[in-house]
Amino acid sequence: MAEQKKVRFVIERQDGPNDKPYTQEFDVDYRPGLNVVAALMEIQKNPVTVDGKTVAPVVWECNCLEKVCGACMMVINGKARQACCSLVDKLDQPIHLAPARTFPVIRDLLIDRSVMFESLKRIHGWVAVDGSWDSKDAPGQNPYTAQTAYEISHCMTCGCCLEACPNVGPQSDFIGPAPTVQAYLFNLHPLGKYDAPIRLNALMEKGGITSCGNSQNCVEVCPKNIKLTTYLAQLNRDVNKQALRNIFDH
Amino acid sequence: MAKKPAKIIIVGGGLAGLMATLKICEDGSSVDLFSYCPVKRSHSLCAQGGMNACMDTKGEHDSIYEHFDDTVYGGDFLADQGAVKGMVEMAPKLVKMFDRMGVPFTRTSEGTLDLRNFGGQKNKRTVFAGSTTGQQLLYALDEQVRRWETKGTVKKYEFWEFIKIIKNKQGICRGIVAQNMNSNEIKAFAADVVILATGGPGQVYGRCTASTICNGSAVSSAYQQGAEIGNPEFLQIHPTAIPGSDKNRLMSEACRGEGGRVWVYRKNPQTGEKERWYFLEDMYPAYGNLVPRDVASRAIYKVVVHMGLGMKNPNRVYLDLSHIPADYLERKLGGILEMYDDFVGEDPRKVPMEIFPSIHYSMGGIWVDTKHHTNIPGLMAAGECDYQYHGANRLGANSLLSATYSGVVAGPESLRLARSGELGDALTPEEMEAARKECAEEFDRIRAMNGTENAHRLHHELGDIMYKYVSVERDNNGLAECLKELKGILRRWDSIGVTDHGTWANQEAMFVRQLRNMIIYAMAITKAALLRDESRGAHAKIVLENGERKLDENGDLVFMPRDDARFMKTTIVSFNKETEEPEVTYREFDHSLIKPRLRNYAVAKKE
Repeated sequence: MAEQKKVRFVIERQDGPNDKPYTQEFDVDYRPGLNVVAALMEIQKNPVTVDGKTVAPVVWECNCLEKVCGACMMVINGKARQACCSLVDKLDQPIHLAPARTFPVIRDLLIDRSVMFESLKRIHGWVAVDGSWDSKDAPGQNPYTAQTAYEISHCMTCGCCLEACPNVGPQSDFIGPAPTVQAYLFNLHPLGKYDAPIRLNALMEKGGITSCGNSQNCVEVCPKNIKLTTYLAQLNRDVNKQALRNIFDH
Repeated sequence: MAKKPAKIIIVGGGLAGLMATLKICEDGSSVDLFSYCPVKRSHSLCAQGGMNACMDTKGEHDSIYEHFDDTVYGGDFLADQGAVKGMVEMAPKLVKMFDRMGVPFTRTSEGTLDLRNFGGQKNKRTVFAGSTTGQQLLYALDEQVRRWETKGTVKKYEFWEFIKIIKNKQGICRGIVAQNMNSNEIKAFAADVVILATGGPGQVYGRCTASTICNGSAVSSAYQQGAEIGNPEFLQIHPTAIPGSDKNRLMSEACRGEGGRVWVYRKNPQTGEKERWYFLEDMYPAYGNLVPRDVASRAIYKVVVHMGLGMKNPNRVYLDLSHIPADYLERKLGGILEMYDDFVGEDPRKVPMEIFPSIHYSMGGIWVDTKHHTNIPGLMAAGECDYQYHGANRLGANSLLSATYSGVVAGPESLRLARSGELGDALTPEEMEAARKECAEEFDRIRAMNGTENAHRLHHELGDIMYKYVSVERDNNGLAECLKELKGILRRWDSIGVTDHGTWANQEAMFVRQLRNMIIYAMAITKAALLRDESRGAHAKIVLENGERKLDENGDLVFMPRDDARFMKTTIVSFNKETEEPEVTYREFDHSLIKPRLRNYAVAKKE
């Protein structure tokens, strides 16, 4: 019988938020179509390192395994991406896994991304409807505008773009590309645009769009292929217009 | 006079939980919202194809009655008709609500909402946002709830796992025990009313189209505390999934709604030449590729497993979109075609996809009345975790509808109950501490387990057993054997050993606790399937003759017929605490509006 092909994983682990990181290596049986989450599941079934040491299984976050929920973002061979759709066949081996350290590490590959959800509050990330009850019909929409909205609305708050952005981190207050671009989404909606000045003013404040250094890293890593830099540029223009409006309205 | 604000606990932040949350906030009351994950990552976002509502914007004279009849007929006359009627009547209003909230629905050239075809329905009735409708609907509610969060009426407990309910002296549910999944702190929480909106139990089958968080553990826990389960034997097997070792990924029914065709190679019976056999179109001329899911899955089994056609090892059939113009596909189905490419590495715009049926959705769940009360006062349930609306088979694109609608019903109803004066005493600090302590001690026991079984391998075995015996085709030999094997799995649970004994983000210990609940729920599914001696919707039972599966003169399996006299009743499963086994009874339900008739998708539906 042919020998079972193995895939080597080098995993950066950390027991708690204040503990020192360390690495452990695991071998996982190769099979066609194997992805990184499936491999981590195999490690759960047999949490033994290549040195033969039985250890606690690796901790990480995942839900949908279809690249829709955004949970399993981690750094794979140096690049922030979703683990579920990272096929072993397309990765150099050994495969290095590390937590996305732009965010606080909770344990192993599990990180705390609550800051992104907080930023969505700051940019007023909703259409301020009167209520969920039956009232009037929604206005019709230009189908092309709706298509742009659909593209941006795929953002799953995974944090790849924040991890890749050189301006997100302790040196800056930048809330990052994903939450910023969400402001553009709500400004496109026929009812949502009523609150556009609120969103644009929020983006003028510290950590807003002026913190974007236009490095273009975000658009490279977005797993949903959202044209982040295009919308950041549009927003920048809209914010400037709003700033002028603020001057003349006073 | 202003109404007294109530405090409601909602467990689960998918469409149902978020919709109920909104309704409660709009009333001026407050919600403690518990979820395994940030609610924006809930499983509702995996729904792809759309949401049914009679919008009638395609000149087809669609009617709410037709939606009602399609749903009841599609559910093989096991759905509570009063409940379904309420849902389909509300559906167009819910679409308008989502539209106002900013859901980027796919639009026509005129800018109105586009509609597509879906299974078991002749009219275009499904609104959609490309092929990621669930994601878009969930985000809209997530945004609205975030808005209420900024006003302080919603407190989110994300990364908290529900462990069990707490009842007061009168036996009324007035709180829960939950655990912080990071710090592993276990805490008791009190409220006026508790709503479970915890989704489906797909993980009982291991590999399925559900997210890893859809383990049914919360439902099983409530069941073990006295909540009745309705119709658990009715599990939807989706005909078109991409099988995978970590999960079976859904390939939406919208593929067929947009013109996709299912086929295998065969030798033409007359000419003997190799040809593509579009077997659904052949077997069901009236509905073709758009037969309901239970019908399509059985047909695929017949063709692949029994006739030996299709691809073998592993079993697959083709789902073909390659005849449809690429730009049309991109606009209507973009997201999922990309998914196929991502995970399989082939472009479905050019080559047929290879698919096979997979466990997908549970029609059954916690029994609730039409207002979403369980049999435990103070405990309500909404969304996939309840048993309402779908009967023996759910129509595609009715789940986003039922999840949203059940939240619309459950939210305001929880407030009525909270103000009714029927809730007995609030929980005392002693009662809360006793419940907390019990869960903390259980967690400590699990952390210390040092047996030889690995919980994840045991889970894999559980899934294998359930797929083997309680799947598309069932028989009483297999179901009896399954129950026996499940008892073995439950015994082996006691011999689990964990390698993580810590108290910080101990995912392994939490999984061990969930696994026990999954095994116990699997027994409820299996026992209910064993005792239902008929075929109805997703529950297809083969006749046994001399202990063997009976075949007819053509060599086809003989299925038991539908038996309305004995089984047009809701299965009710209760947990017997002494024996730890499920007990099955049957309950009448409302089928007063549409008279039962035979379901046959080979011909056009007659009313």
